Amino acid sequence: MKFIKFLVLGTLFGIVMAKSEAMSWYRIQEMFRFQAFHMYGIIGVAVVLGVIGVALIKKYNIRDFHGNPIKFHPKEKSIVRYLAGGIIFGLGWALSGACPGPMVVNIGYGFFTMAIVFFFAIVGTYLYGYFKDKLPH
Amino acid sequence: MLDIIQQTWSWWFSGALIAAIMFMLLFFGQSFGFSANLRTICSAAGCGKSVKFFDFNWKSQIWNLVFLIGAIFGGFIANQFLSDGNPIAISESTISDLSKLGIAAPTSAQPPELFSLNAVLSLKGFLVLAIGGLLVGFGSRYGGGCTSGHAISGLSDLQLPSLIAVIGFFIGGLAMTFLIMPLIF
Repeated sequence: MKFIKFLVLGTLFGIVMAKSEAMSWYRIQEMFRFQAFHMYGIIGVAVVLGVIGVALIKKYNIRDFHGNPIKFHPKEKSIVRYLAGGIIFGLGWALSGACPGPMVVNIGYGFFTMAIVFFFAIVGTYLYGYFKDKLPH
Repeated sequence: MLDIIQQTWSWWFSGALIAAIMFMLLFFGQSFGFSANLRTICSAAGCGKSVKFFDFNWKSQIWNLVFLIGAIFGGFIANQFLSDGNPIAISESTISDLSKLGIAAPTSAQPPELFSLNAVLSLKGFLVLAIGGLLVGFGSRYGGGCTSGHAISGLSDLQLPSLIAVIGFFIGGLAMTFLIMPLIF
């Protein structure tokens, strides 16, 4: 039962990805070609509201529903891994038109061939884990 | 009312809901980062026995797998009950650019040139999807997050690493769109 709230939030997430069309390969192409505001509007509004909300959480030490303070974990400092990892991610995002969340939303929507993309995303994650110590971070 | 829900949701409404989802996850003691599921799945599949990166208590991440199941369910609901069946209304200039790559104007949410069964049964069609997925999976873990973890959660917390990652997303995305895709399509 304690997981049902995450099921509800995930369902809402899936509906938003589908109804905003952020799950569509066409929309991702339109974004990378700078030919519409739509995707920038979605991410922009989410980030602006996110920045305001996170600042308020920190200022007023807002607690979560367990009563614990909401903590943010600063990511470790580096440039190489974020830039290199980001570029590799971006190459795949533009090609497949989907980041990990929208991949599974597409499967639920009925685009079952997206399961190939999702399966190979798992393989890609495995390969990263396998070669992790050999990569610059 | 129903026809408003069935149309494409506006960017501001969709963006606000994504922020709301992020805050609800924080309120429930977790954080918004979808690609962590890929690592969890590797761990649950037993990869931790041979690769240290996957040797962690994946059961602490079950909440995120449940979120993933919800996302699949959400896609199903959106298609079955909340769709008006209209094609994606992308801009005319995108339609014109994509036609040069041999991709016709949208008739649904995804191009059949890439995602139809016919397309993936060809070697090239299969490789496009497989390599796309491989790059997303490898890059998201190497870069420490995907669109939700970096572009939404990380930027909301004004994290410099997330900004670097998002700049990387765009370098990669633009290189694929303008340099590589014209060569492969």
